[in-house]
Amino acid sequence: MIKVRIPTPLRPLTKGLGEVDAQAHTIVEMIDTLNTAHPGIKDRLCDDTGELRRFVNIYVNEEDIRFLKGKETSLKDGDEVSIVPAIAGGSSCRI
Amino acid sequence: MAKMKALVCRECGKEYPTKAIHVCEMCFGPLEVKYNYEEIKKSISRKKIQDGPESIWRYADLLPVEGPTFLGPHAGMTPLVRAKNLGAHLGLDELYIKNDTVNHPTLSFKDRVVAVAITRARELGFETIACASTGNLANSVAAHAAAAGMRAYVFIPGDLEAAKVLGNLIYKPNVVEVEGNYDDVNRLCSEIAGEHHWAFVNINIRPYYAEGSKTLAFETVEQLGWRTPDQVVIPMASGSLLTKIWKGLHEMKALGLVDDVRTRINGAQAEGCSPISTAFQAGRDFFKPVKPKTIAKSLAIGNPADGYYALKATAESKGAMDMVSDDEVVEGIKLLAQTEGIFAETAGGVTIGVLQKLVKQGTIKKSDVTVAYITGNGLKTQEAVIDAVGKPHRIQPSLVSFEKTFKMGKNGGGDA
Repeated sequence: MIKVRIPTPLRPLTKGLGEVDAQAHTIVEMIDTLNTAHPGIKDRLCDDTGELRRFVNIYVNEEDIRFLKGKETSLKDGDEVSIVPAIAGGSSCRI
Repeated sequence: MAKMKALVCRECGKEYPTKAIHVCEMCFGPLEVKYNYEEIKKSISRKKIQDGPESIWRYADLLPVEGPTFLGPHAGMTPLVRAKNLGAHLGLDELYIKNDTVNHPTLSFKDRVVAVAITRARELGFETIACASTGNLANSVAAHAAAAGMRAYVFIPGDLEAAKVLGNLIYKPNVVEVEGNYDDVNRLCSEIAGEHHWAFVNINIRPYYAEGSKTLAFETVEQLGWRTPDQVVIPMASGSLLTKIWKGLHEMKALGLVDDVRTRINGAQAEGCSPISTAFQAGRDFFKPVKPKTIAKSLAIGNPADGYYALKATAESKGAMDMVSDDEVVEGIKLLAQTEGIFAETAGGVTIGVLQKLVKQGTIKKSDVTVAYITGNGLKTQEAVIDAVGKPHRIQPSLVSFEKTFKMGKNGGGDA
């Protein structure tokens, strides 16, 4: 079983839970599993092409998956996954 | 009508109320303040600004607070130094240093953003203020919280310079040293922010906090006599400062405070942590996170949240990005000190090093009116230069000892 920490913006989809369990061998699988249990979560995390959105950071046991194998990063029993929004300020010149 | 209309998602455009939130629920895009520029335009003018207080609050019309009470009343309006000696050394006719090494109260540009953040946090009813920091931000949050009588938690990486650690403890906030680098601190704080009802200045208050950086653009333009510079060189950590200076310049144009903006925005990083500059030079619009390894710890963000927007702003302005080695950082600090009498922290060494590179490459030209942003004070990062500045001449308390050391002739002295 994998422990997944859910950020505030996604908690409306997990009935307010900040942590949920999932059974999965990779990040991709984990997102699908989460989406079955909490419909809509995949659309928030991934864009139309199925890629992770630009401002979504995912960590496995505190390590950014971009230093591992991205969304193909493998998971094992007892792993802890954190989903954390990037905290950009952004800036538009469309004034 | 209020000057703030809403928070708006930079990616998908969804609007939210102006509360302590920073991420779009739909697409995770960053939220930013949407202003009522039509309304602001009616009242703002060069004269109104010039008649305002000698601080960032002279630009309050363009800052995301309701007022009229402003915390951090003395931040900003730091000197714009005409750097004739350094300009001559580099071959520039008109070089300026925006000198935030003397910002009030904690000697870095973070006093601007924290003044805005803590003012907004108070307006939103928070009693506890917090931050994830590479040092300068923590110092500023701790000092402002002490003055405002607010509880503070500051989270810092475990390997900070001694002066930046002490510069927190003296104000007695809760200082939390996290075993890890800034990116670890940042991730942890994002999770803590989800559990506690605190004003994390660079997380849930970030849409307001980041706007404070615009004042560096406003002041530069005003201090240049309402001119925009041709070139600016800006150090990059998260990339937020760069994007906000770009935004500030364009706001001034939109409000009729300047006629045109032709400023080229240039970004500076250290080689040991240059995810944004590396992406720019490779012509990519996305960056790859890195594990930082540089003496420029205040810029050591391997996963820069605003990197994407910094790349965009620099490209739009037809500017450039570059990076320098740690040795060049030390040389940059020394060069600025020895030509202009300004002692910058390591980030300033990065800025001067990259400025020098861009001039050598011909990217910045002799006649370009150029501004280099020096964002923090060298007394906070003494470790970086301590082995590169020599030692005092130790002598006996006698005239003989002095003259022997300095080989004084009748016509005055020479160096030892």
